[in-house]
Amino acid sequence: MRGMVNTFLRMHTTGQWIGFAVVAVFLVGVIPGLNALPEGMALHLPSYLIPLLGKFLCFALIAVAMDLIWGYAGILSLGHGVFFSAGGYAMGMHLMRSIGKEGVYRSELPYFMVFLDWKELPWFWRPFDSLPFTLAAVVVVPALIAFAFGWFAFRSRIRGVYFSIITQALTFAMMLLFFRNDTGFGGNNGLTDFKRLAGWPLAHPTTKLYLYIGSAVALLAGYLVCRFVVKSRLGRVLVAIRDSESRVLFAGYSAAPFKLFAWTLSAMLCGVAGALYTPQVGIINPSELAPASSIEMAIWVAVGGRGSLVGAAIGALVINGLKSYLTAAFPDLWLFALGAVFVLVTMYLPTGLVGLVARIRTRLRERKVQSATTEQTPKTPAPPNAGASGTPAAPVTGEAAQ
Amino acid sequence: MNSTASSTAPASETGRNAEHKKVRKDNTETRIARMGHSMLWVDNISVSFDGFKAINNLNLVLEPGELRCIIGPNGAGKTTMMDIITGKTRPDSGYVYMDGARVELTSLSEPQIARLGIGRKFQRPTVFEQLTTFENLELACKGPRNVFKVLGATLNGEQRDRIDSVLKTIGLGELRELRSGLLSHGQKQWLEIGMLLVQDPKVMLIDEPVAGMTPVEIERTTELLLSLAGARTVVVVEHDMEFVRKLAVNRIVTVLHEGSILAEGTMDEVQSNTEVIRVYLGSADH
Repeated sequence: MRGMVNTFLRMHTTGQWIGFAVVAVFLVGVIPGLNALPEGMALHLPSYLIPLLGKFLCFALIAVAMDLIWGYAGILSLGHGVFFSAGGYAMGMHLMRSIGKEGVYRSELPYFMVFLDWKELPWFWRPFDSLPFTLAAVVVVPALIAFAFGWFAFRSRIRGVYFSIITQALTFAMMLLFFRNDTGFGGNNGLTDFKRLAGWPLAHPTTKLYLYIGSAVALLAGYLVCRFVVKSRLGRVLVAIRDSESRVLFAGYSAAPFKLFAWTLSAMLCGVAGALYTPQVGIINPSELAPASSIEMAIWVAVGGRGSLVGAAIGALVINGLKSYLTAAFPDLWLFALGAVFVLVTMYLPTGLVGLVARIRTRLRERKVQSATTEQTPKTPAPPNAGASGTPAAPVTGEAAQ
Repeated sequence: MNSTASSTAPASETGRNAEHKKVRKDNTETRIARMGHSMLWVDNISVSFDGFKAINNLNLVLEPGELRCIIGPNGAGKTTMMDIITGKTRPDSGYVYMDGARVELTSLSEPQIARLGIGRKFQRPTVFEQLTTFENLELACKGPRNVFKVLGATLNGEQRDRIDSVLKTIGLGELRELRSGLLSHGQKQWLEIGMLLVQDPKVMLIDEPVAGMTPVEIERTTELLLSLAGARTVVVVEHDMEFVRKLAVNRIVTVLHEGSILAEGTMDEVQSNTEVIRVYLGSADH
């Protein structure tokens, strides 16, 4: 226990803890503060942006969770949409049940059950009347799916691109399943027309602000959990598995339980992200299960910087910011832009935006060293491997992680 | 002891297994009594890949504290033998016993066997390249292997001391904070041996430790391996005859050929063995 506390405190340097605090204050304090400024003031943040930012933070949480397994354990999932949707649908079911008789058909039942002519609520819908049950399901359901899937995959030693393809197939199969009306989750249309959450009207700005703050807290907490894991010895075992799984086995570690741990944790965080996403966006439907959605998540991480949790979050924010702007300004261009960004990053920035920053920093430092040496004696040695040591949060450099 | 090395009489291919099992039943008790003091006992192992017999009725007994060199031409089955002992490959028939025949290994997984105290160094140096020298040793260090215990694990003073002393032994003390991917080939070989040392195994299986090393490095490695024998059982598989000659002074050398033991004895005995000369010169001719 004391070991855990120590690891937790030491997972950031003092400077990094200060940085974390600054970001936390900005997300939870400054942004709501700007929103509270009277309309018309220069710095006023319009209320319509709050759910949008909340959505971005949910995506950032997904990216952090994804980076835990891809950047550290080297497991590329192209099916994280499944876990995100599991959380999203769980919350959506509760929101549907909270509508009461205010839906379009003025019925007790969710709208799609009315037009499917179902007479009563299916058994698996019933427990979602309860908010505590729903909140538990938001993490437990993705965890169970991930655990069952990972149990078979990791014990069978399915790795690399084969694993990625199977996760892609998983999300595709789930999408087909959820598209069917008979499955009982609203088919094509998904779940929507939500009215309130725990008695709070969803249309009200205060509710939206609280959901935004909830998303920010979830992101910060999710980041801390992942940071703790990657900075613990378990995190080093994950990196070791990525580098050489057989060496890990012969050192006496079974690789499968370690992968399963990171994989399941990642899925749970995605479930939380999904549960916060649904009420802020107002709809959850099978398009979140489309293979392309899950691939987009991988792109966020790749752009931000695999192997750096902060980088992954930044990648999600940058790409989604770009998406929001481009889909409004040049609707036809978005997919081309996304493709171009991905190609460019893969070719020129294998360590993502974070790696770029580290590289610039190293370049500046070297120039400083050089100018210092030309002024004095020309024999100060350049620090070897400054590139790798200059990336504080990123153990991955260059050729790492397939 | 050497009598176990000579293969049992060849039986017809189909009936071999059944017959072997019957013989085993009859002899089990006397055999165990005889092997009771051994550290590692490879008992009549056979394995074939796609019809090719990589290991053929192999028998091998290692005493506690022994240093044994195993030599043999390419394809003799040296690496396959290590794969079987460490659980990477399952044999078609036969058993591997450890620690006075108290544990049978062929039904266990690689991590289980490693935790019982069998360490292995690969032919190609294999370290965790993205971790530092120190972190490599930290992970290999004897300690918790359970996920949740590893999550909160920290090194205690004793473990730190052990890592420090191993760093000194393998001469990488100055490079402890360096990412191990940046070490030279020879340094990686040593780091891997160091990882075995902190793992504190009873048996160390070392596959071609001096491949790609400079003469100075080879000399240091020889000293290191000699210093290990006695406290633990060391098996060295090697190509380099000069190296084996230095290592195997007054020790038994085993010659492997086509998956079974061709000869066993001191280096001089083995080198004057006509069969060994035929196999080595024969393969050299082509």
